[in-house]
Amino acid sequence: MKHEPVHQGRLKTPFYSRLASLDTVNEWHEWKGYSSADQLYCSAMEYFAIRNATAVFDITPMTKYRITGPDALDYLNRLVTRDMARIRPGRVAYAVWCDDNGQVIDDGTIFHLREGEYRLCSQERHYAWLMAAAIGFDVTITHETEDVAALAVQGPTSYSVLAKMNLKGLDELKPFGLMHVDFQGSELMVSRTGFTGDLGYELWINPDKAEALWDALFEAGELHGIRAIGTTALDMARIEAGYLAAFEDFLPADETVRTGVSRSPLELGLEWLVDFTKPNFNGRRALAAEKRNGSTWRLVKLDIEGNKEAHHSYIYSNAKASGDNIGFVTSAVWSPVCKQNVALGTVKSAHGKPGDTVWVEVYYQREMHWNRKMAKATVVDKPFWFPPRRGATPPGPY
Amino acid sequence: MTDKYDAIVVGAGHNGLVCSALLAKAGKTVLVLEANDQVGGAAVTREFAEGYSASACAHLLYQLQPEVRKELKLSPQLATEDMTTIALAENGQHLRITGDKVEGVSDDDAEQFRRFRKRMTRFADLLRTYLNKPPPRLGTKKIRDLFALAQLGFDLRRLGKEEMQEFLRLIGMNIHDEVTERFDSSLLKGAISLDAVLGTHLGPRSPNTIMTYLYRQAGNHGRVAVPQGGMGTVSEELAHAARSAGVTVRTSMPVKRIVVDNGRVTGVETDGGEVFSSYMVISNADPKRTVMDLVGARHIETGFGRRIHHLRSKGNAAKLHLALDGLPTIEGLSKRDFGERIIIAGDEHYVERAFNPAKYGEFSQSPVVEMTFPSFRDESLAPTGKHVMSAVVQYAPYALKEGWNAATKEAFMKAVIGTIADYAPDIEQRITASELLTPADIESEFHITGGHWHHAELTLDQFLFVRPVNGAAQYALPIDGLYLCGAGAHPGGGVSGAAGRNAARSILRREKAA
Repeated sequence: MKHEPVHQGRLKTPFYSRLASLDTVNEWHEWKGYSSADQLYCSAMEYFAIRNATAVFDITPMTKYRITGPDALDYLNRLVTRDMARIRPGRVAYAVWCDDNGQVIDDGTIFHLREGEYRLCSQERHYAWLMAAAIGFDVTITHETEDVAALAVQGPTSYSVLAKMNLKGLDELKPFGLMHVDFQGSELMVSRTGFTGDLGYELWINPDKAEALWDALFEAGELHGIRAIGTTALDMARIEAGYLAAFEDFLPADETVRTGVSRSPLELGLEWLVDFTKPNFNGRRALAAEKRNGSTWRLVKLDIEGNKEAHHSYIYSNAKASGDNIGFVTSAVWSPVCKQNVALGTVKSAHGKPGDTVWVEVYYQREMHWNRKMAKATVVDKPFWFPPRRGATPPGPY
Repeated sequence: MTDKYDAIVVGAGHNGLVCSALLAKAGKTVLVLEANDQVGGAAVTREFAEGYSASACAHLLYQLQPEVRKELKLSPQLATEDMTTIALAENGQHLRITGDKVEGVSDDDAEQFRRFRKRMTRFADLLRTYLNKPPPRLGTKKIRDLFALAQLGFDLRRLGKEEMQEFLRLIGMNIHDEVTERFDSSLLKGAISLDAVLGTHLGPRSPNTIMTYLYRQAGNHGRVAVPQGGMGTVSEELAHAARSAGVTVRTSMPVKRIVVDNGRVTGVETDGGEVFSSYMVISNADPKRTVMDLVGARHIETGFGRRIHHLRSKGNAAKLHLALDGLPTIEGLSKRDFGERIIIAGDEHYVERAFNPAKYGEFSQSPVVEMTFPSFRDESLAPTGKHVMSAVVQYAPYALKEGWNAATKEAFMKAVIGTIADYAPDIEQRITASELLTPADIESEFHITGGHWHHAELTLDQFLFVRPVNGAAQYALPIDGLYLCGAGAHPGGGVSGAAGRNAARSILRREKAA
């Protein structure tokens, strides 16, 4: 850890000057100490940049830790539920990590940068937990959020934009792959990762080259509809993709006070990330017991009738809303690209199998007056948005 | 071929021996592996100079539980019992405490002491019943645990309203406040303070030192004895009992690791590379060594590992052995007084002042001393006409700022001898050989991480339901088949056998339930 004076007030990312020059509405919020834009000119338009062109989102505030040392792999394998031995250098893994009770602390991505050298990224900060997990392991954990400037470049034209920047090897870069290229004498890391469920990349560079990278990117993207976006648009896209957000769709277990309000990976539809063939990982005993005895909750993706967004709605097993509710909606959005009213929710595990019908109690306001509607919803298995180009290599021009 | 046992006990400390013997009596095949060449762990008699022997760590027997004695048919030979405690005064007007009687104080103080002892004995008796059973688990709905908790509440209530309130008031309090409130005699206040903090990293003004005082009284109402031939004979008797029950005890067999496969133990591997198989491994080693060194962090989960890592287990008591060519002279003591327990605890501030430097990683310049001359009643320990002094000296912090080395040990030795010389001016001339064991030495010679008497500090946050830590308080560790049976487990240290017996009972009960 570096010991520098504590920053006072809101931090600005290395891209702030560029974002500020595009900003017309002055809507910002705090993200782990940094200013992050809600929207820069119009969240709806920004959303369409994600789905129809190329959207650029500043992910510098995302928490980043460098994990190195002889035990780095063993350390990560004990930390997260999936088998990290399968993640070769140059690959990225979506992963989830739990406390001893098998409750999710956070999810994130782990980049196997080079042999034995990893970067873990997440929305929340986890230094204390990562250090506790390091007891007894020969690893070094370095908090490098401030040392790496990062941009998400997402959307159907993102490959074309980056191709124009002559990034060597881009056409061979597969989903969840990463590569290192030279950018004006600095090392630029390009990963085919993102939070939109579409074709997209993330660019990682030394902060002193941040503005140069931005400028080069926007120059290359000029004819491809490149747009900077804020969090509101991104959040719409991530719900369409069925991605979870901490504090929305689950509470980090180390932030909860009451029992029963956190979630296990099995309860979040992440069982595919839990590898019980690993001899040990945090939460293994508890998760094995949960697997034997059954989970309490189940995450559902809902396709809801009508066009009224079902924010925070109770979910019932029948249209009359008789009996206790079976759960509630955690994220909801009207999906413009799918033309569907979609939501993520949490229901008692007896309910909500794919194909099931449940009922969502939607409240909406019309000219001050509140209306209530019981909307029929179908539980779906697949993400709402999953275009073939997301998995294609090379993705092809657009 | 590897030998296969039902259970392997790591370490032949007294608790390991008790545990192994009880398991063998219940029909288990048990192997005990001890790193050192003699059984007993820290309860051993060692020759520290030619012809001179002493109990290497624990030197007074006051906690061996009647249940353990009975179940294993033990009858340790005692050189002396019901010893009087003599608190030395610089002017020779020493204090003598025997049971609830104290000589050398005002009638008022004597009466106060009698009352104090009566209450403490009552509380200690209550505590004792809980020291001799596995603590109930908190936060479960198991009938046995709920019943045990209800029983605890009931037992407290049965003290009577006033006494219950007094118990609850005192249990977290420090001994200093209680003694200053109660007594006039400075020597008496010092003597009681010493009893409360002996073997801990606590001063009389540290919280819950009344609890540690009660813990000391709980074994045998604080009556102290010295075994004939030193503490090693108790361990040897235990080893004999274990062997008679069918236990295989092997010494000079340091365990390198506890083998874990897919979340369950399968045996142990020794330093020599020998592998022994079993479906249970019971560790008499301290919790840190057991979990972090013998098992290894990768086999446990982070939250549990963090709790074990942060266990407070740094010892602060050193052990001093002197070979003397004759008894020293102490003004006001007759010759036969050397058969008693002699302490240097000064006044009500002395012990805390001795503790002060230890908070900052320095040893006491004027240490607290608990001396015995075991050779006085036991000729086997020294050549005829010569004597052995065995003393616990505090405070000598494990994490000495400058580190323990020849120079710092010599400096501490000088402080200790200087302190004793204030009362026994000829002590230095009498010394023909000496041995000083700091907590660092105790760690390296007896394999106790931090060199702490109790393996883990005896404080309320590491006591009863949460000893050593949450998630391991019922002897079972979060690895199938792995258990603790040493001082780091409930109830704590002292040559009591309680942890070993509770562990055995807990293990057998689990087996029955499974």
